[in-house]
Amino acid sequence: MNSELAFYVHIPYCARRCGYCDFNTYTPSELSISSDLSGVSRDYIDLLIAEINSARKISKADLVPTIFFGGGTPTLMEPADLGRVVTAIKNNFDLAPSAEITTEANPDTVTPAKLAELREAGINRISFGMQSAVPHVLAALDRTHNPANVARSVNDARAAGFDEVSVDLIYGTPGESMSDWQESIDVALSLPISHISAYALIVEQGTKLGAQVKRGEVVMPDDDETADKYVLADAKFGAAGLNWYELSNWSKAGSESRHNLAYWNGDNWWGAGPGAHSHIDGRRWWNVKHPTAYKEKISSGQSPMHEEEVLNDEQKNSERMMLEIRLAKGIDAKTLDSGQLAILESFKNQGHLLADSWAAGRIVLSTSGRLIADRIVREILS
Amino acid sequence: MPAIPLAQAPQPSKTKQEQLRNFCIIAHIDHGKSTLADRMLGITEVVEQRNMRAQYLDRMDIERERGITIKSQAVRLPWRSGIDNQEYILNMIDTPGHVDFTYEVSRSLAACEGAVLLVDCAQGIEAQTLANLYLAMENNLTIIPVLNKIDLPAAQPEKFAEELAKLIGCQPEDCMRVSGKTGEGVKELLDQIVAQIPAPSGDANAPTRALIFDSVYDSYRGVVTYVRVKDGHLTARDQIQMFSTGVRHEMLEVGVISPEPVASKGLGVGEVGYVITGVKDVRQSRVGDTITTYNNPTKTALAGYKDPRPMVFSGLFPLDGADFPLLREALDKLQLNDAALVYEPESSAALGFGFRCGFLGLLHMEIVRERLERESNLSLISTAPNVVYTVTDGSGKEIIVTNPSEYPDGKIEKVEEPIVRATVLAPAEFIGTIMELCQERRGILLGMDYLSEDRVEIRYTLPLAEIVFDFFDQLKSRTKGYASLDYEPIGESEADLVKVDILLQGEKVDAFSAIVHKDKAYAYGTMMTGKLRELIPRQQFEIPIQAAIGGRIIARESIRAIRKDVLAKCYGGDISRKRKLLEKQKEGKKRMKMVGRVEVPQEAFVAALATDADIDKAKAKAKEQG
Repeated sequence: MNSELAFYVHIPYCARRCGYCDFNTYTPSELSISSDLSGVSRDYIDLLIAEINSARKISKADLVPTIFFGGGTPTLMEPADLGRVVTAIKNNFDLAPSAEITTEANPDTVTPAKLAELREAGINRISFGMQSAVPHVLAALDRTHNPANVARSVNDARAAGFDEVSVDLIYGTPGESMSDWQESIDVALSLPISHISAYALIVEQGTKLGAQVKRGEVVMPDDDETADKYVLADAKFGAAGLNWYELSNWSKAGSESRHNLAYWNGDNWWGAGPGAHSHIDGRRWWNVKHPTAYKEKISSGQSPMHEEEVLNDEQKNSERMMLEIRLAKGIDAKTLDSGQLAILESFKNQGHLLADSWAAGRIVLSTSGRLIADRIVREILS
Repeated sequence: MPAIPLAQAPQPSKTKQEQLRNFCIIAHIDHGKSTLADRMLGITEVVEQRNMRAQYLDRMDIERERGITIKSQAVRLPWRSGIDNQEYILNMIDTPGHVDFTYEVSRSLAACEGAVLLVDCAQGIEAQTLANLYLAMENNLTIIPVLNKIDLPAAQPEKFAEELAKLIGCQPEDCMRVSGKTGEGVKELLDQIVAQIPAPSGDANAPTRALIFDSVYDSYRGVVTYVRVKDGHLTARDQIQMFSTGVRHEMLEVGVISPEPVASKGLGVGEVGYVITGVKDVRQSRVGDTITTYNNPTKTALAGYKDPRPMVFSGLFPLDGADFPLLREALDKLQLNDAALVYEPESSAALGFGFRCGFLGLLHMEIVRERLERESNLSLISTAPNVVYTVTDGSGKEIIVTNPSEYPDGKIEKVEEPIVRATVLAPAEFIGTIMELCQERRGILLGMDYLSEDRVEIRYTLPLAEIVFDFFDQLKSRTKGYASLDYEPIGESEADLVKVDILLQGEKVDAFSAIVHKDKAYAYGTMMTGKLRELIPRQQFEIPIQAAIGGRIIARESIRAIRKDVLAKCYGGDISRKRKLLEKQKEGKKRMKMVGRVEVPQEAFVAALATDADIDKAKAKAKEQG
């Protein structure tokens, strides 16, 4: 049996925290360490390698199809240290020859030299946090990068030999007009990229933005306008040859993120690092959240796992529908019962499902259906 | 020392008629009745100094908190008059003071020969006090006008003495001046009660007739019935009979309150006290009924007995449907002590199972709801209160409507609604404001009199329905709290009324139907549809919200279909969280009420039915909790 295990590697550091972000990431001042994180790199990577070595004892998988460095800001680490992680995985598992190895990157902090080093470390796919091309929107998001750096970084990455370059966009930021969003789309599409992720801004509790909204200092845009922005993006990306394959992801044919598809297809993956989640055969667990706690666990030879859950069949089924409905391939109608199909038929009749896919036995959302995907899942699960 | 030690005072059943004085105190909330009563308990030494507490006679928490009396009390006070140095027994009957309880007040008054008219001499007489004064005068009671709070810097005893003198036809100098707070003038008042109020008349040898002026349920002793013996006497061994029902009871105990209950051998003619028969429900011991003895029953009842008649109806529903049995239990328990409360199960498509309840008035309704919530720890939704309509349909059939859902469809011949005669007392500067308000509420001016140079009495007939709908709040706010209101039902009158239904996607929502005047139907419709548009979350289809009279739409709003209901990100770490959220939302969906295809969160019903007063209350509570 050819069993696979994807790897997610979490780098929980950022130079500074952006106002909307609630990820498990820490700045030097939060950790009371020197502002230069390069000193942290070696020690932290050692911990990750220790966790990866332990994964060998738990997983029976033999092949690693994808590795993904996320964060935080993975590019704050020394590229050679990221390379050590790849090597550790290789030492414990078979790394597929065609493995997709991705890193997230901040357009402000990459240089041609660094990009070359990342390539050398084995990384072959890069995803830049672009967010917007409009300065006042970036300011509202509390992002510091200069929009011009995105084009430069993307071009540098291509020059360094990255064939697969992606950018992340955020829409629905307070103060963003429809033409602001259109400009961001146009700038992104003018770049030599093969993939775009575009996310409607989510206001999370506990973030600076969350507090501003709660205090009434910032007013979130109307949901209908944000829906219009999704519709616009989907149309423009499609026209440029980037087709949706997941609700918030568009790519050229063959340039889909194989790593992210592993999550949505219910595959097995191992998340290394503080707060990282893992999934193996219906068992999910997640690590202790804080880097210091993580370090203590690993250093004393313990598992960094914080909690776990074993899914029952109903939960597995719920998750499968919840994830597959987000995909362009959709849900196989044969896996649904007649009650669920009756509910879905009414959604189809309202234009929220693609009629030709329905006829072919697959539940695939139309653009308007994607915008209410959570509601559709709630309906068929209750 | 005019106080007499209790043991040496004339004893119940052995007190001569000429030694008895039965009186009540007529006063408005805040005019110091409870403080004066406390002071009387202290001066006559029936309560020792160290056992004294404020509002001694108000037993229920709700009475103390609101400064109102809901249940009557009758306290036996021995007193040696400072005028003739003779021993007397004064029975002070504490009466409820609110318009909802006019009938109870009238029975308390019927148990007395005199009344102390107590008026705060910084505020002057209020409408409800005036109404009760008229009741007392109709009962031929001797009135002793008393100005209270003479210790206050803002006191204007001269001004209000004039006002009182004019009202009861005496001289300003006949008004006594007291301070319940300092005790000044209270001894003199007790002496005047003896001097001015006649001793009870009544035939000691006639068949027994005792007037029930209140009955209170006590969980240990069953119903305690307060009585005034009009003729004959009651003894501890008697078998008694209720005149209205003919039901016979064993007398388990008879006694007087001084101010704790003390069993006695009996009650003689003219005396006031209590009887306990072991019945468990105040409806078996109704206010106004006549108690007689089984062995020698009277042939004629005391005049004035009436069945309590609910004037205002509202639906009460538990917020949590599972609490329905608890609500039933709580109502059953409350009814033991409240003969005026009526209820029957009601089922609402929107609110589930609850009870349609009838009340004497708005205060009664508020008190019942508050006691249910407080004493049984229930959370309740109440529908908008409405009055009782008599609807004649196309076939000439009369239908009594206590609930908009009973309003007949089809052709309506006529609709009659209850009408009250309302009296408003206020400073003259508010005449215009008050008239404007009454005019808006379909009032007809009956007349106006100046009580003094700058205070007026304005009389209107008004539909009770208009009063039930926030009239009192409006009156208070528009007159800065200076106006007072009293009203009494005077019958029914035909009016141009319609039933407005609220429809969600074409489905009637029973909880929001209302019977309103034709001229106000549009305002009600737009208010309600507007409120619901804000409260109901968007769904995957457009939801028209309409207000309709029969088949005619008078207002419409719509809730646009939802376009975005999805979280953009769903990566490895999001999956568990998202599944759990879905599971939680699944539970939440179960708590949604379905109106046709429309899901309405229960909070939307609660908020749509809330009055401005409810909202203020909720805000105050939230503020309290920080």
